[in-house]
Amino acid sequence: MKKFLSQAYLWLLLVMLYAPILIIAIFSFTEAKVLGNWTGFSLRLYENLFLGGMSNSLMRSIVNTLTIGVISAVISTILGGISAFGIYNLKGRTKKVISFVNDIPMLNPDIITGISLFLLFVAVGVTQGYVTVVLAHVTFCTPYVVLSVMPKLRQMNPNTYEAALDLGATPSQALRKVVLPQIRPGLISGLILSFTLSIDDFAVTLFTKGNRGLETLSTYIYADARKGGLTPELRPLMTIIFITVLLLLLVINIMGSRSKSKIQK
Amino acid sequence: MRIKRSSWSIPYAIFLALFVVMPLVMVAIYAFQGRGGGFSLEQFSRFIHTPEDLNTFMYSIEIALITTVLCLLLGYPAAWIMANSELNPSRITILLFILPMWVNMLIRTLATVALFDFLKAPLGEGALIFGMVYNFLPFMIYPIYNTLSKMDKSLPEAAKDLGATPGKVFTKVTLPLSMPGVWSGVLMVFMPTISTFAVAELLTMNKVKLFGTTIQENINSGMWNYGAALSLIMLIIIGVSTLMSGEESSRENETGGLL
Repeated sequence: MKKFLSQAYLWLLLVMLYAPILIIAIFSFTEAKVLGNWTGFSLRLYENLFLGGMSNSLMRSIVNTLTIGVISAVISTILGGISAFGIYNLKGRTKKVISFVNDIPMLNPDIITGISLFLLFVAVGVTQGYVTVVLAHVTFCTPYVVLSVMPKLRQMNPNTYEAALDLGATPSQALRKVVLPQIRPGLISGLILSFTLSIDDFAVTLFTKGNRGLETLSTYIYADARKGGLTPELRPLMTIIFITVLLLLLVINIMGSRSKSKIQK
Repeated sequence: MRIKRSSWSIPYAIFLALFVVMPLVMVAIYAFQGRGGGFSLEQFSRFIHTPEDLNTFMYSIEIALITTVLCLLLGYPAAWIMANSELNPSRITILLFILPMWVNMLIRTLATVALFDFLKAPLGEGALIFGMVYNFLPFMIYPIYNTLSKMDKSLPEAAKDLGATPGKVFTKVTLPLSMPGVWSGVLMVFMPTISTFAVAELLTMNKVKLFGTTIQENINSGMWNYGAALSLIMLIIIGVSTLMSGEESSRENETGGLL
């Protein structure tokens, strides 16, 4: 009985969490402009979504989201990896100060990060656009890379870097050939996390994108929703995003539990 | 030339100074700038003397508190059930609760709007609170689940063997041990709800305004000094709540949740 009740409670919450998404998914297979109106099964919205190609402003915003995500994730990972190695080897006060400042973008609400960067760009007189968005994303992604690389550095023998230098490697060779392989898992999870944070971001992008028509998916949806009513093509898009995330997480999880059971054997 | 290991942190130190410290300094400079350009508390007194903004501010805190309490009341039992091996929930159930955290907040908000449209329910304060709880519930469940599942299971068992009733076991053993997760969850729900802006507009058709929206509107309409002052006020609220809950959770236990 207790088991039944608790299972029922979990399922009730899950229904609440998934009902909105489910409704969107169902109504992505009909043509009606207004959600809630069923005018028969149709794949029209899916066709529309992909047919326009790059002339379609929605498609352009998706491409922007993905390229900004990839570029900022790569830059954050490189910067974060190198910096984590440096910070790990710092001592005393300097280390404390840098670690504290590194925490700020993670604790700051998005809106504050966005506004503060906006004010900086305005004060310096930079035209805001693609570059400022990437810079802003690197700012809030890099701290997460630093944090995911740190544990790997703690497991590493700190003298291997010096040993490589003694054996004639240049500093950058020592980083690439000796340190890099040992922190790779941390870098990969930092890269994935940065990419997710970047494509998910809304507030920071909104304040740093400028007014020259650059839109990412989030800002596009926002502008669209404010105009009143959703573009029907967003329904298939949301469905696709949701299913992609679901599959990705399932795969990561199954792989994770497999490798765990391998270790146990 | 030999580069010390720690020297690799120098580029990032410069980067942090430029893009984290400087922007915050800019917020402070703009916030304390008067109309004449010199130092002044004008912006802050303007806030206190604008009843509309002051009310929005108090209202946002109220909504954030309601959301946090509802998330805690709904989320704690869920986390407890999932961490309880006797009730044996599947891994998939846990995954399903975490999954929504990875979906864009705006998309989730619009999905809520769609649900209300579909049910022909009016958008307004009710929709706002539902949408907030819907958006942030996973952030409450996850840290509590984390602490509960890491907890030493022999402790509640020992309490039971020593004659404690199930209620006593919960209030005296399980709940105190899960407090770090609870604080972490409270912080992860309270902070974003107080600073959110787009969510409220969309869920109430612009009927209800939250403090984040007030800040955004001022920045957008070029009132940077006032907007910066409001941002600073929000930063102080966030800083105080982080410090309070951080202290609580570190005092309670070392094994924390997500933050």
